[in-house]
Amino acid sequence: MKMELIQPFINAADAVLAQGLQSPMSIGNLSMEQEAYRRKGVAALVAITGDIEGRIVFDLDPETALRVASHFAGGELPESDDLVRETVCELANQVTGNAVTTLNDQGFHFRVHPPVLHTSEHGPTNTEDTEALVICCETDRGNVFMNIALRYNVQLPGAQTAAAAK
Amino acid sequence: MKNRRVLVVDDSVFARKNLARIVETFGGQVAGEAGDGMTAITEYDRTNPDIVLMDITMPQMEGIEAAEKIVGQHPEARIVMVSSVGYQENIVAALQRGARHFVQKPVKPEVLYEVIKYVLGEDGAVASAAGAGA
Repeated sequence: MKMELIQPFINAADAVLAQGLQSPMSIGNLSMEQEAYRRKGVAALVAITGDIEGRIVFDLDPETALRVASHFAGGELPESDDLVRETVCELANQVTGNAVTTLNDQGFHFRVHPPVLHTSEHGPTNTEDTEALVICCETDRGNVFMNIALRYNVQLPGAQTAAAAK
Repeated sequence: MKNRRVLVVDDSVFARKNLARIVETFGGQVAGEAGDGMTAITEYDRTNPDIVLMDITMPQMEGIEAAEKIVGQHPEARIVMVSSVGYQENIVAALQRGARHFVQKPVKPEVLYEVIKYVLGEDGAVASAAGAGA
């Protein structure tokens, strides 16, 4: 997976989380995930179709999800509150939406699907052309993990150039 | 925008609560809420709001289609699209199909407030359906 696809997600996560949580965000570990995706806590999945296809999973451990959702709600929420899951879904939607806006400006066209709560413990095994990158976004409310698995669906001139340079 | 009645349309409860909080902070009233485009049309008929805040990516019927249908039946309708997907094609499509403005998520309260005032003509300008843009 090429950095030109990833950087917009990092920038978008920075913008959305820093503004929403009113504190700086930093990028911790980046790792390639070879195994099937394993959920860490409250997770939301956003699918993308078009010139670039794949999915982004936002994953927060239950305590972090509760702290983040409580911050946005302006008060302490119970762990079981639907609003905790809703918050994670909307954050996934906002980060993905902002990232694909940038990618669209670079010439890629696609459709973003509404976020869905990811409830199964495991996701599909990644194939060679949809390897997943896991990005740990460190915030003062805890770590937000972005698991990004995307692939080019068409060979655009920009994609060919990037592939040749790799 | 004091006492102006606002219809909030978004499939995310979290987003609706956030928008409602901003509206109420600036003195507006939430006339109704909807979680998809189909419900937005019926809620518009039921509540006859001063302005609609409409998400784009929603299940059943997306926001741009819902905006077009509402404006088709109510040419005076004032609709502001509020979406995280802010690329030009989306914005142009929304404006061509009846929306009056566009605000990208995450929403900055002061930006939304200024846009609402502008679309309602409360800042001295009057936003026309075809000419106002983000």
